[in-house]
Amino acid sequence: MAERKLIDARGTYCPGPLMELIAGIKLIEVGDEVEVLSSDKGSGHDIPEWVNKVGHEIVSIEDVDGVWHVVVKKAK
Amino acid sequence: MSTSKISITVVSGSLERLQMAAMVASVGAVSGNEVSVFLSMNSLQYFIKGSDSSAPAEGPFGEVMSGKNVPGFKSLFESAVELGDAKIFPCSMAMDILETEAEDLEPYLSEPLGLTKFLSLAADSQIWTF
Repeated sequence: MAERKLIDARGTYCPGPLMELIAGIKLIEVGDEVEVLSSDKGSGHDIPEWVNKVGHEIVSIEDVDGVWHVVVKKAK
Repeated sequence: MSTSKISITVVSGSLERLQMAAMVASVGAVSGNEVSVFLSMNSLQYFIKGSDSSAPAEGPFGEVMSGKNVPGFKSLFESAVELGDAKIFPCSMAMDILETEAEDLEPYLSEPLGLTKFLSLAADSQIWTF
């Protein structure tokens, strides 16, 4: 069962949530997951763009009342 | 992953330009690009240890932005180095003018560089100027 680390980046602006995700993903093991919460509107596009570019995996992405919940699996 | 070289010259001391330069550097670097930043003219003063890092706004956007929870430009430049292996070079000419030595600068900066060397590094890269 994959471990999931929560990063609450609500209230910070671009590229804060992405940077917090990247710092967090460095600290977890391959196969584990990070869930980022972001109120930055661009995160819904920017985070998947980065994840796909560097080769990790989007597990889920959801807008809950204006907050993005993005779950990323570390793939390498 | 497709990568490219990104070279960023920063000469402004205004908040908006420093912020945008830092955003391009950090996002570019963590996306796997080879990022080189050259700090000269009015930008270098903020990277002297202990200096005031509150750059003045150039316009109304900067004034509004300074009251928001935006990651600081120095923090973003440091993230570019630590998370993305960017290189940030202080301009040796600007250091001479400011009478600053390498040990007076923030530790995440690389060695001082002259313009000739930076232009060689910037060959075949995207060039951004702020």
